[in-house]
Amino acid sequence: MKFNLKVWRQKNAKDQGKLVDYTIDNINADMSFLEMVDVLNDELVRKGEDPIAFDHDCREGICGMCSMYISGRAHGPQHAATTCQLYMRSFKDGDTIYVEPWRAKAFPVIKDLVTDRSAFDRIIAAGGFVSVNTGQAQDANALPVEKADAEKAMDAAACIGCGACVAACPNGAAMLFVSAKISQLALFPQGQPERNTRAINMVNQMDEEGFGNCTNIGACEAECPKEIKLTNIARMNRDYLAASLISE
Amino acid sequence: MSTLNSKIPPGPLAEKWSYYKEHAKLVNPANKRKLEVIVVGTGLAGASAAATLAELGYQVKAFCFQDSPRRAHSIAAQGGINAAKNYKNDGDSVYRLFYDTIKGGDFRAREGNVYRLADVSRNIIDQCVAQGVPFARDYGGLLDNRSFGGAQVSRTFYARGQTGQQLLLGAYGALERQVGLGNVKMYSRHEMLELVKIDGKARGIIAKNLVTGELERHFGHAVLLCTGGYGNVFFLSTNAMGSNVTAAWKAHKQGAYFGNPCYTQIHPTCIPVTGDYQSKLTLMSESLRNDGRVWVPKTKEDAKAIREGKKKPEDIKEEDRDYYLERKYPSFGNLCPRDIASRAAKEACDDGRGIVPSGFGVFLDFGDAIKRLGVEVVKARYGELFPMYQNITNEDPLKTPMKIYPAVHYTMGGLWVDYELMTSIPGCYALGEANFSDHGANRLGASALMQGLADGYFVIPYTIGNYLSSEIFTKSIPTDHPAFAEAENAVKERTQKLLSIKGKRTVDDFHKALGKIMWEYCGMARTAEGLTKARKMIQDLRKEFWSDVNVPGTINEFNPELDKAGRVADFIELGELMVVDALNRNESCGGHFRVEYQDQGEAKRDDENYRYVAAWEFKGVDADPVLHKEDLVYENIQLQVRSYK
Ligand SMILES: Cc1cc2nc3c(=O)[nH]c(=O)nc-3n(C[C@H](O)[C@H](O)[C@H](O)COP(=O)(O)OP(=O)(O)OC[C@H]3O[C@@H](n4cnc5c(N)ncnc54)[C@H](O)[C@@H]3O)c2cc1C
Ligand code: SF4
Ligand code: FES
Repeated sequence: MKFNLKVWRQKNAKDQGKLVDYTIDNINADMSFLEMVDVLNDELVRKGEDPIAFDHDCREGICGMCSMYISGRAHGPQHAATTCQLYMRSFKDGDTIYVEPWRAKAFPVIKDLVTDRSAFDRIIAAGGFVSVNTGQAQDANALPVEKADAEKAMDAAACIGCGACVAACPNGAAMLFVSAKISQLALFPQGQPERNTRAINMVNQMDEEGFGNCTNIGACEAECPKEIKLTNIARMNRDYLAASLISE
Repeated sequence: MSTLNSKIPPGPLAEKWSYYKEHAKLVNPANKRKLEVIVVGTGLAGASAAATLAELGYQVKAFCFQDSPRRAHSIAAQGGINAAKNYKNDGDSVYRLFYDTIKGGDFRAREGNVYRLADVSRNIIDQCVAQGVPFARDYGGLLDNRSFGGAQVSRTFYARGQTGQQLLLGAYGALERQVGLGNVKMYSRHEMLELVKIDGKARGIIAKNLVTGELERHFGHAVLLCTGGYGNVFFLSTNAMGSNVTAAWKAHKQGAYFGNPCYTQIHPTCIPVTGDYQSKLTLMSESLRNDGRVWVPKTKEDAKAIREGKKKPEDIKEEDRDYYLERKYPSFGNLCPRDIASRAAKEACDDGRGIVPSGFGVFLDFGDAIKRLGVEVVKARYGELFPMYQNITNEDPLKTPMKIYPAVHYTMGGLWVDYELMTSIPGCYALGEANFSDHGANRLGASALMQGLADGYFVIPYTIGNYLSSEIFTKSIPTDHPAFAEAENAVKERTQKLLSIKGKRTVDDFHKALGKIMWEYCGMARTAEGLTKARKMIQDLRKEFWSDVNVPGTINEFNPELDKAGRVADFIELGELMVVDALNRNESCGGHFRVEYQDQGEAKRDDENYRYVAAWEFKGVDADPVLHKEDLVYENIQLQVRSYK
C-alpha cells in the first residue's frame, strides 16, 4: 500500500510548526499505524533527516502513551482503539493521511507529535486516590461490594489517561478523564469518606490547569479508546454539586 | 574475592521475616525527614516503594522515562496476581504458594525470600482493595479467583484482563497522593544514565531530562533501582518498547553483581511473528489456558494443509488432533508451567506440525469451553483479550482457534540482591523485575506482580531502615562533589561518542541483529557450540555498533533515537553476559534449556554442581566477567525432579 502523509513537524515548544508532506510505499495492511511511522522514520534517519518524534510504549493499547490526531480524529478512524492498535488495513491504498498532535491549551506541544500531559498527573495528585497508608488495610473480603457496582467501577477504571477525550473536545475539556476516576472511587465503600473533597479538589485542579468547560457535545465519549461513558460525567456533576452545597 | 552474603535471618522458615522485622534497626521520624531516597522506576515495584517510603517520612525523588508514572510497563500485565488467601477454601496456604513458587522456579530460588513473598502476598490484596482496586468479584460481592499455570489451586486475583493496569493505578494513586503532599518529587521523562558512588556507597544518580537533553545530578542517601526487566535484549518481546536494562547495567558496571542473567522466560501464548516490520510481540494472557486447549494436528500432512490454507482447523477431526500438553502432562494439562509449555510448542513445530505460514505457531482452541459454558461466559471471562487478538490478527477467536507461539516475556535474572534487596553496592537496592531474587529459573504466572508489590509495599520499607539508621549523620552531599562531576562527564563523553559516529546503520538495525543472535542461540534451546559462536558474534556486533551506528540530532533536544542508542549499546554488553552465563551453566533448569542436558525433552538439572546463583562481577567490556557463587541451601524442602506429569 502507498500513502501520502501530512505530518505535523515542530522542533520544540517555541517553534511555530507546520505540516510536512511525505509519501510512503510498500506498506503492509497488517502493520500497525506506529509501525508504518517506524518505517518512515527509518527512511528519514537513513537520509540524515530528523525522525518524527511521537510518544508510544506498550503498543498494545494499555499504557496511554500513544497519542496521534489522525485525519481529524483522536487515535484515528477506528472505534475504541488507540493509535498503536490502529492497523493500516483501516485505510485505503493511496489515502492522504493527516497526522497531528493532541491540540489543547492544557497539553502544550513538546516536539512534533509529542505533548505534555502532566496536567493529568496533577489532577490525580489533587484527589484521585483513597488515603490509606501501606499496612493500614483490613482483610480484603471484609468489605463486600455488589458485583454490579464493581463492574461499573471497573468500566470507569479502564481509562488509560491518554487524553484523546480532551483532544476530541472542541472546548478542550477533561471531564471524561476526571469523572472516570471520581466514579470509580465513588462506587466503592472505600471511596466514601473522601467522596466530597475528592470531587471538589479534582475539579478545581482541572480548572486551574486550563481545561475547557463541558457543553455536552459528547465527542469525548465517541473518541475514547476505552469506551468510557458520559454517565460518569453525570455522576461527577452530582458529586460535585452535593459537595459544593455541603461545603457552603 | 568478596563472599556473597545473602543475609537470610536465622530461625525456622516461617519465622524468619518476623525475626528480621523485630531485630532490624529503626529510624525515628525526625531523622527520616532528613534522609533522601532516590527511586528509579515507577512501575509496581517503584511506585509502591516511593509511596510507602514517603508515607513513612523519607524524602523521596522518583524517576521514570515515560511522560507519567502511570505508564510503566507493569500497566500491561493482564492475567492476575497470586496471593495465599485461600478464599476458595481449596487447600491453599502460605506454605503451598511458597512450595509452588520454588518448584515452579525449578529449585533455583532462595527459600527464605520466597517464603516471605508468599507470606506478604496476603497483605498485598488487602492493601490494593483498600485503595479501590476493582478486582473481579462474585455475586456475593466477595473477591473472585482463577487458577494459573503451575498451581492446582485457585489463588489468582484479577481485574478482567487488566490486572497490572489496575494494580499500577492503585500504586500510582498512592504515589501521586505523596506528590501532592510534597513528600515525593516526581521526575517524569527522565532517564537514569549513571549511578554515583562515594566512598563505595551509592549516593546518587545522573539523570537526563529527556525533553531538554540536560544532564542532572541528584543526591540520595540510598538509591532504589526499580527499572524492570531486560527482555528487549531480544528486540522482539512482549515488553513495552522502552523497557531497557540501562539503569541496572550502569549499576552492574559500578560493581553490582548481575544474578543469573541467562534465566529468561519465553511465554507460550503470544501472537506469532508475521513480518520483518514487526516492532513487538503481543502476549495473550496465560489465563486463557484455563479454558483454551492447545493443539496441533497429529500429522505433518494436515499441518501442511493448514499452513497452505487448504484445510481449516475445523476440518481436522477430534481424533486427528494432538492436544500435546494434555497428552504429555496429564495432571497439569494445559496449565503446566510456561517453560514447559513453550518447549512443547517448539518441539511440535520443529517436528513440522506448526500451523502458521512461517511454521512457528500452534492452536489455542476455545471450542470446547464455548460448548460447555456458552459464548457469553467465555467472552466475559477474558474481557479485552479477544477483541485485542481480533484487532491484531483480523480473526475472531470465538469462531476459529487462536494461533499462538512462544515469545520472550520476562527475565528472572537481574541485579543480585540479598534478603534486604540490597545489591552488592551498599545503599543501592533493586526491586521488582530488576532484581534476580524470587523466581529461580522460571517464573510462575501471576507472581511478578506479587513480587513487585511485595518488594515495594512490604519489604523495602523495613529493610531500608536497617541501612539508613547508620546514615542519619550523613548530611546531604552537595552535587558539586567530584564524584558527581566525574559521573556526569562519563555520560557526556559517551553521548558525544554516540552522536559523532554518524555511520551507516540505524540503531534498530543493530538491535534487530542482536535480537536474532539472542533468539537463535540463547533462546528456547541452547548449546555450548551455539553459545560460543554467539559470544563472538556479539563482540563483533559491539565493535560494529561503535564504529558504524547512525544517531541523528543533537544532545540538547528531545531525541528519542539517541536515548534508544544508549539502551541498545547496553543491551549488546548484557547480551554477551547472558551468553557467558548460559554457557557456564552446564545443566538445564526452568527457562534455561541446554540441549546437551535433557531427559527425553525434559530439563535435566545438575544439583550437585549447579545448585547456586551465578552472580557476575563486571571487569571491563573486553574482559571476562568473574563468577561468584551463592550456594542455595534447602532446609525445608527436598529437591526433586520437577514433574508436572
Ligand atoms: C504483556 C505482559 C503481561 C504480563 N502479565 C503478568 C501477569 O498477569 N501477572 C504477573 O504477575 N506478571 C505479569 N507480567 C510481568 C509483570 O508485568 C512485570 O514483571 C512487572 O510488572 C514488572 O514491574 P516492575 O515494577 O519491576 O517494572 P516496570 O513496570 O517495567 O517499571 C519499570 C520502571 O522503570 C522506569 N525505568 C526503566 N529504566 C529507567 C531509567 N534508566 N531511568 C529512569 N527510569 C527508568 C520505567 O520508566 C518504569 O517506570 C506481564 C508482563 C508483560 C510484558
Ligand atoms: S477517558 Fe478515554 S479518552 Fe479520556 S483519557 Fe481516559 S481513556 Fe483516554
Ligand atoms: S503505545 Fe501504549 S497505548 Fe498505545
